[in-house]
Amino acid sequence: MSDKIQIQANGNGPGRKLKFNILRYNPQLAGDKPRMVTYEVEEAAGMTIFIALNEIREKQEPSLQFDFVCRAGICGSCGMVINGRPDLACRTLTAKFPSGEITLLPLPAFELIGDLSVNTGKFMRAMSERIGSWIHSSDADNRDLTILEERMDPDLADEIYELDRCVECGCCISACGTKRMRDEFLGAVGFMHVARFHMDSRDHRSDDDWYEVIGDDDGVFGCMTLLGCEDNCPKDLPHQTQIAFLRRSMVKVA
Amino acid sequence: MKVVYTDSLVIGGGLAGLRVAIASKKRGMETIVLSLIPAKRSHSAAAQGGMQASLGASIKGEGDNEDVHFGDTVKGSDWGCDQDVARMFVNTAPKAIRELATWGVPWSRIRPGDREVVVNAEKVTITEKEEAEGLITARDFGGTKKWRTCFTADGTGHTMLYAMDNKAIELDIPVHERKEVISLIHEGDQCYGAVVRDLVTGELIAYVAKATTIATGGYGRIYAVSTNAVICEGMGAAIALETGKAPLGNMEAVQFHPTAIVPVGILTTEGCRGDGGVLRDIDGYRFMPDYEPDKKELASRDVVSRRMTEHMRKGKGVPSPYGDHLWLDITILGKAHIEKNLREVKEICEYFLGIDPVTDWIPVRPTQHYSMGGVRTKPNGESPGLKGLFSVGEGACWDMHGFNRLGGNSVAETAVSGMIVGEYVADHCEQTDISIPTSLVKGFLNREQKNIDTLFARESGENVYELRDAMQTIMMDKVGIFRDGAHLQEAVDELKALLKRCDNIVVRDKAPSSNPELVNALRVPRMIKLALTVACGALARTESRGAHSREDYPERNDRDWLKRTLSYWKNENDELPTLEYEDLDIMKMEMPPGFRGYGNDNTIHHPDTERRLAEVEQITASMPNADRHEIQEALLKYDLPEKLKGKNERVGVGYK
Repeated sequence: MSDKIQIQANGNGPGRKLKFNILRYNPQLAGDKPRMVTYEVEEAAGMTIFIALNEIREKQEPSLQFDFVCRAGICGSCGMVINGRPDLACRTLTAKFPSGEITLLPLPAFELIGDLSVNTGKFMRAMSERIGSWIHSSDADNRDLTILEERMDPDLADEIYELDRCVECGCCISACGTKRMRDEFLGAVGFMHVARFHMDSRDHRSDDDWYEVIGDDDGVFGCMTLLGCEDNCPKDLPHQTQIAFLRRSMVKVA
Repeated sequence: MKVVYTDSLVIGGGLAGLRVAIASKKRGMETIVLSLIPAKRSHSAAAQGGMQASLGASIKGEGDNEDVHFGDTVKGSDWGCDQDVARMFVNTAPKAIRELATWGVPWSRIRPGDREVVVNAEKVTITEKEEAEGLITARDFGGTKKWRTCFTADGTGHTMLYAMDNKAIELDIPVHERKEVISLIHEGDQCYGAVVRDLVTGELIAYVAKATTIATGGYGRIYAVSTNAVICEGMGAAIALETGKAPLGNMEAVQFHPTAIVPVGILTTEGCRGDGGVLRDIDGYRFMPDYEPDKKELASRDVVSRRMTEHMRKGKGVPSPYGDHLWLDITILGKAHIEKNLREVKEICEYFLGIDPVTDWIPVRPTQHYSMGGVRTKPNGESPGLKGLFSVGEGACWDMHGFNRLGGNSVAETAVSGMIVGEYVADHCEQTDISIPTSLVKGFLNREQKNIDTLFARESGENVYELRDAMQTIMMDKVGIFRDGAHLQEAVDELKALLKRCDNIVVRDKAPSSNPELVNALRVPRMIKLALTVACGALARTESRGAHSREDYPERNDRDWLKRTLSYWKNENDELPTLEYEDLDIMKMEMPPGFRGYGNDNTIHHPDTERRLAEVEQITASMPNADRHEIQEALLKYDLPEKLKGKNERVGVGYK
């Protein structure tokens, strides 16, 4: 929340000209080449990058590709590199940039679909399959649903929720130095899910089991602790703490 | 011709669709989910406050059970719901929540002993029982007799969706992402699957299936300001409508949520008021107790939204460049509570408004939020018009919500209806074989390709975004919270003219692959058709019921209007939908129509109401030794899949 900015909830916008420099490239079009294109938009009060990009698409450049779903910072669809840092575009206010110049690039480390749209879905599904991101328990499908639910420590439930808040936006992966060097590196989103299931009393996997998943250089031992994940997570998840915790747990098993 | 064959085809990867897919996959059916986006990004994730299920474990939920939940749901619907569906729902909700607990949702749990809560703007201490320790807790929501809304902070939909999608991944259910269904393949009274456009490559693909389930959510985006995600454009309902055979139910039943932020329309959960927040006007005055002395801010959503609008009309709104608004004040809840249980709300306030709700009031006003209408189904989830076509969740009119949905009953419906209808879908796949000529598939593919080619061939014409904006403005201005005949007629006439203009849409970008403008050119005419079903349904319904409020017909009229609207688009070239009606039979109701308890009772009653009330009384009196389950069964019989029939255990009372 360090970069929290104050806007007038209902004030009038400054009406300045914003310059958006956007990477354009559609791999589906034969012969298309990546290039930067600049679009001008008049700023309105409370304008977000979501609003600005839609305005560009509807009034200037109909082919511009980008992804938004909830436009409320909840679904994680709209991760992109905004003036050098990965973040959620839908809740980024243009007022945050005093120069009025905003450069937008697609998140690196993901397959490019076109312009600002990347295939996080494919990446996250593979990540989920790799770590088994579901409750591993013989009880999970055989429990009688008419009886009282299994009791759970209220503090534990709250702690799991804290780690379960990840929206799989991919900002941590794009901000990860290790990921650039090691293609198979799991990355912070994967570690956060591992930490979440590791903590969950309903999941019966042991540290030995987890070692098989993350106990190598593509797992938690590969992390160079540059912590781009911690610095750029839109949900302020405790990546540093959890990676350190997983590493200690895995060292014990090794 | 690219054709994909499967047993169970599910359109939409939100909570409801995924749950159907899980049910059919578990029963051994080959299953494919189609989604515009990665499943975990579906609008289900935006549900904040919680899911209703009558677990009755918290002290403020003591005495809760299926009967109380049923009563609240029927009353909330203004008697517009299907009571057997409401019964199916309330009996399955505890099972659904317990299933999600085993699948990983970290439901907030009960801490025994004293805790401080805010009730009616005052801090009070409640004491949770020792025996309830570690069971799932609940918070208060509008229109409910008990605290029944189970939650994970204010990220309930998110945790539910993640658990559900992870279960689907465990079961190896393929989700074909960035695929848009643009029409259903059907002939006679049978649905055979769907024509799909790949949003990346532009390729058209036919998916042929024994069962096709529409789980595409609501149609909120036909309004200019909506809390809904941008993908909630009602396309599932639209493609069903365009078959000419599958009716849509109660499309005029559109809910406005009292507290979306101004101007962008992002939701702040009902949990804000459930946990003790209040509404204030320009003078800082808490006005709701003047209008609804009993339930105050926690009256049903439709009621609160109308009262807020009334209050603003009296000049008590706070003026802003974006029109008047009111204040939502949650400061009394304190920093610790807000940062733990309302943290998404806090983030939204910080990022979009630059305010801190711990110390600042939140600018809010009623905003389009939920579609009670949708693809009409029978209690088993199947369309009455097309065999093999099913629908679940917000996209459906299964009809447990009637004319107003209770907060917390939406994500509950997704998980519950997915669980129930999923079994019926699997039954259907087991019992049915289809034979379909390739010429039929080719015919549908060619029709869609021709439509696209026609759009590309046009060099000048209408701008699709202008048509969309015009539709959204008409819906906001003329088919909103308060309605009247004159404005509705204007809306119908103007929408009809807009639909005509859609014949001349131009697509400037000619790329055959990913092409956002083409996507909109295909969607907007369909959205206008949906808007017409809403406006025509609202114009025809000369009464006020739940969220449908006619200023020229303020009374609820059971005598003439205790019926469900069915909209058809019978012929491709029709300019308006055809409306038909389905009566709700009072003589089969467990809970005959009565007074909801808000404002004055001006109901025009149906002659059957008194008869059925006497009958219910007589049946109940004739069973002096019966328990509540036996009496319920005597009043209303409903069916459920065998595995979901059991009674639900509660702490302290067992299965009673």
